[in-house]
Amino acid sequence: MSTTTEQTAVEAKMIPIYVMGKKYEVPETLTIMKALEYAGYKYIRGCGCRGGVCGACSTVYRKPGDYKIYTGLACQTVVEPEMYLTQLPFYPANRATYDFHALEGNPEEIFGLYPELFRCVACNACSKVCPMDVEVMDYIAALKRGDIAAAAQISFDCIQCGLCASRCMGELPQYHIGQLARRINGAYLTPRAEHLATMVANIEAGRYTECLNKLKSADEDELKRLYTEERELEPAQAGEDWTPKENVCL
Amino acid sequence: MSIAYYPGCTLKTKGKNLEKSALAAMEVLGIDVEELPRWNCCGAVYSLADDDLIHVVAPVRDLVRVAERGQDTVITLCSMCYNTLARANDLMKNDEEKRKTINDFMDEEPDYSGEVRVVHLLDYLRDEYGWDKLKEKLKSPLNGMKVAPYYGCTLLRPKEVALDHPDRPVLMHEFLETLGADVVDFPNAMECCGSYQVLGNPDAAVEVSHEILSGAAEKGAEALALTCPLCDFNLGKRQDIILEKYEGASEVPIYYFTQLLAVALGVAPEECHFELNRDSAAQLLKDKNIISAVPA
Ligand code: SF4
Ligand code: SF4
Ligand code: FES
Repeated sequence: MSTTTEQTAVEAKMIPIYVMGKKYEVPETLTIMKALEYAGYKYIRGCGCRGGVCGACSTVYRKPGDYKIYTGLACQTVVEPEMYLTQLPFYPANRATYDFHALEGNPEEIFGLYPELFRCVACNACSKVCPMDVEVMDYIAALKRGDIAAAAQISFDCIQCGLCASRCMGELPQYHIGQLARRINGAYLTPRAEHLATMVANIEAGRYTECLNKLKSADEDELKRLYTEERELEPAQAGEDWTPKENVCL
Repeated sequence: MSIAYYPGCTLKTKGKNLEKSALAAMEVLGIDVEELPRWNCCGAVYSLADDDLIHVVAPVRDLVRVAERGQDTVITLCSMCYNTLARANDLMKNDEEKRKTINDFMDEEPDYSGEVRVVHLLDYLRDEYGWDKLKEKLKSPLNGMKVAPYYGCTLLRPKEVALDHPDRPVLMHEFLETLGADVVDFPNAMECCGSYQVLGNPDAAVEVSHEILSGAAEKGAEALALTCPLCDFNLGKRQDIILEKYEGASEVPIYYFTQLLAVALGVAPEECHFELNRDSAAQLLKDKNIISAVPA
């Protein structure tokens, strides 16, 4: 056995996938998004963050011998042999127009803006396709009984990809309704953060102006010195009540 | 183990007076109920088309939620929710073919075949709690109050889920009698209030609702007790329209049966949310000395 470690490039196994019905051989380690690029597609739409948070790359696929519809974010889902896929970068869904500040934040306003809410038959097709595992049917159910706070909670992980709307037999734009619920919850139902108001008042009263001006006028060397030498670091094992000695700028 | 409680959507919004008074009353009675942590709208109306199975999915899903928690009984307050859940349950229990279709469709849920028992608070009080025991708990019986029991449609039809005889029911009569009221029998007690016709054909709904109210008033009723938020909408919330349209029509206070139960048990009127009733409702209870003051 040799004593030096030899690095051998391992060729990824190639697998067949079907993009919009056409077969491609792609390395099995790629995400759907990279596999498409490998196959020669160029993204103009249907791709945004590449990190699983923007909801631009919803993809629908099926596997051989399986009646189920599978979904995933193209940037997060690894290819599987023989998968049939297509991307659904956008799905038309009605979005109500409203003057948010004119709303009072009650359930009846949501019912008025989205009367199709009551067309839900609890088929659960929406929850089954949600790539974020949001219980879509449950937030719609919560809204039907006027529980805006619960709907905001349940829909919190929604990234507005639109897949739920694509499957809805009641033709609901679930994610727009959920977004309105979260807006109302944030603006009208959640208690105001008092310490934030104090902080804003402190800023406006000029409490930090001097500290900031000092930093703004410092040259690069001075900034480095302040950052590396003068900055008081939080000790590794600091307890929760740790505060720096120098707290003029806090 | 506590009994699963299915509220239904309206009881969380327009029908809060039905839910809150019921929960307060059940607490006094020691009936241990717990709202299902996860439930969806039952659909409110059971589809009459034989093959319209998609509308059975919603109520069945609620029944699955009860079964999943290892509970064998679910209690309801709204008569429409009772009817929809009970009929869906009946279908799942007795129709093998449709049961299979629905279970296959709901492939993400455990199979269900009608294991859960769907009850309404009224038949629970009659069959399990017992009128005698209820009577012992009364603090402020409805003495001297002439109340007409209004059954409407969905407690008594169809016969598979009927809580009592569809034409000669006594369930609400017995309930009101137990509470100490003078029960007023009237011929329209099982007639439809107009239900959802109020949306497409409001005049027709107003007409039948008027007949119900005047039918009760003619027999000397001072008030009407009911179990359904839609009946309350037609007979209570829209009563002003009736009073305006029909000369000689007189105000009839409308109560949810649970509000009368709660006040008779001595629950504070504030907990019964009479502000969601017609003003005459709390006033009559005050006039009869059943409550000491009309809540502000
Ligand atoms: S709730 Fe709908 S829009 Fe939101 S992430 Fe899930 S499928 Fe996408
Ligand atoms: S897909 Fe539509 S109809 Fe089905 S449960 Fe979701 S919102 Fe309701
Ligand atoms: S590119 Fe943003 S979620 Fe996939």
